[in-house]
Amino acid sequence: MASNSVAAAPKAGASPGAFRAIVEFIARHRVLAAIAVLAVLPFLTPYEALAVNILVFGLYAMGFNLIFGYAGMLSFGHAALFGLGAYGCGIPIAKFGIPWFAALPMGIAVAGIASVVIGWFAIRSRGIYFAMITLALSQVVYYSTYQWVSLTGGEDGLRGVNVPVINIFGLHLNMLNPLVKYYVLFALGAVAIALFSRILNSPFGGVLEAIRENEKRAMACGYDVARTRWLAFILSGLFSGFAGALYAIHLSVVPIETLNYFNSAEVLMITLLGGMGTFFGAFVGAYVYIMLQDVVTVVTVHWQLVIGTLFVVLILFFPRGIWGSLLKWVRP
Amino acid sequence: MNPAAHAAAQMKPPTTPIMAVDGVTKRFGGFTALNNVTTSFHAGSLTSIIGPNGAGKSTFFNVLSGQFPPTMGKVFLDGADITGTPQHRLAHMGIAKSFQITNLFPKLSVHENVRIAAQALRSRFGLWQPRATLKLDETVEALLLRVGLQDRRHESVDTLAHGQQRCLEIAVALACEPRVLLLDEPTAGMSPEEAKDMMDLILKLNAERTVILVEHRMKLVMGISDRIVVLHHGTLLAEGTADDIRGHDEVRRVYLGQSV
Repeated sequence: MASNSVAAAPKAGASPGAFRAIVEFIARHRVLAAIAVLAVLPFLTPYEALAVNILVFGLYAMGFNLIFGYAGMLSFGHAALFGLGAYGCGIPIAKFGIPWFAALPMGIAVAGIASVVIGWFAIRSRGIYFAMITLALSQVVYYSTYQWVSLTGGEDGLRGVNVPVINIFGLHLNMLNPLVKYYVLFALGAVAIALFSRILNSPFGGVLEAIRENEKRAMACGYDVARTRWLAFILSGLFSGFAGALYAIHLSVVPIETLNYFNSAEVLMITLLGGMGTFFGAFVGAYVYIMLQDVVTVVTVHWQLVIGTLFVVLILFFPRGIWGSLLKWVRP
Repeated sequence: MNPAAHAAAQMKPPTTPIMAVDGVTKRFGGFTALNNVTTSFHAGSLTSIIGPNGAGKSTFFNVLSGQFPPTMGKVFLDGADITGTPQHRLAHMGIAKSFQITNLFPKLSVHENVRIAAQALRSRFGLWQPRATLKLDETVEALLLRVGLQDRRHESVDTLAHGQQRCLEIAVALACEPRVLLLDEPTAGMSPEEAKDMMDLILKLNAERTVILVEHRMKLVMGISDRIVVLHHGTLLAEGTADDIRGHDEVRRVYLGQSV
């Protein structure tokens, strides 16, 4: 299949030494590498819309990874943050005719406010309880949105998030052209990627890892664990909401499924596939997951069964995920 | 000086206590681990808390370090009530502690362990400046030199020997520049030679700050402590200089069979 050979293309023909050097380079220059790979992504997918999905879900997984991989807390409610980002951006466009560049920050803000609230409740708990509370609160968001038909479109989803043309710096960009749309969203995503890397490099990023490694010790060192976690959850929500807002612009509709708990599970799978706590892993995971989904759905409607099986095998034999295992191989 | 003021001055201890506990009791369910303990620690002193197993030493340590609040009674720092203050706040008020069971950041390097501890004084929620711009390397190197780990800086914690991990534990505690250093059995699991080196190190550290340490090996602390507090069954059995404690009948009875 065409997409299979494309998936193998970056590795094909490279000797282990050269491949090792590539992995090392990507790990060292993670922002540059992520942006470079995403820049050629439309040519590594069978069609452009798939590239947009990979971009959006890669950004979503990146945001999710902050709380899951870096802070070590499994949130099962990120669909609410992603979905509210989508609705928060889509509603101003569809219902109030607000331009996209104003609606996008609104989407991020709505997700941010939701993560302040959800985070405030959830950070008090640990482990499975944290997962359950985030799940419960995200379901509250799901059903509220489902019921509020006049604003959200309810079961049918939000329609009419039309951004046909973007005028920027004198450029007249036709968003109906999928390739143009990809690069517009990619440019926005690149800013988020650079910002995210900056946060990981910040003192706060170090504190997050310290808390994941040893909460008690971090506390004795003078770190306010609860507040640090809360801030991490909020930041994670902002990035997830940003991805959701891009998704709304991409699809021109916001399906109610964006808020469904299955969407929380998907981002978890993407992150685990790519490698939790790795920067580049989010995008590797998104690429593999969405490409697989695209390939398998052609063959069978039971694509979840195939992906589920693969997922179990990966978790059993490569718990670090694809990118995480490669990193371990390069840096034992 | 009038007689009343003179009398007040006489009653005042030679230095103001930097830390004190007043009537501290800690119960776990029906079990009273600590019963009405009152004592104080003077600035710059080295106090050892000793007692046989189950005497309530660790409970007392955890109350002092803010790990949990006492059921009754109060804890003071510089005369201010700090009972129930969260641990991370205590760290900024100048109380640092080491744990009885080695408690470090296992996957981080030796250097990074100390660096992240030192960073707490500088930036806790900074999202923008890269960590490297905090320029903590000099501080970290000085601390590693202090505990003799300068050659292991790039190694990960799990590759260190037990004694070295204990030393790193001290360096991490020192990184927040504490005025009061609380050490919970710093020599736990150490060979006699390592334990002696550790005591020498503690004595050096005491030159700049107050040290309160918990130890169940009595002999180790006799020579270096300014003051010794003996706990037994959760109550304060005796306190005083090493000589006072050696001559104390009750202490002898508790440590029956051991030469004090």
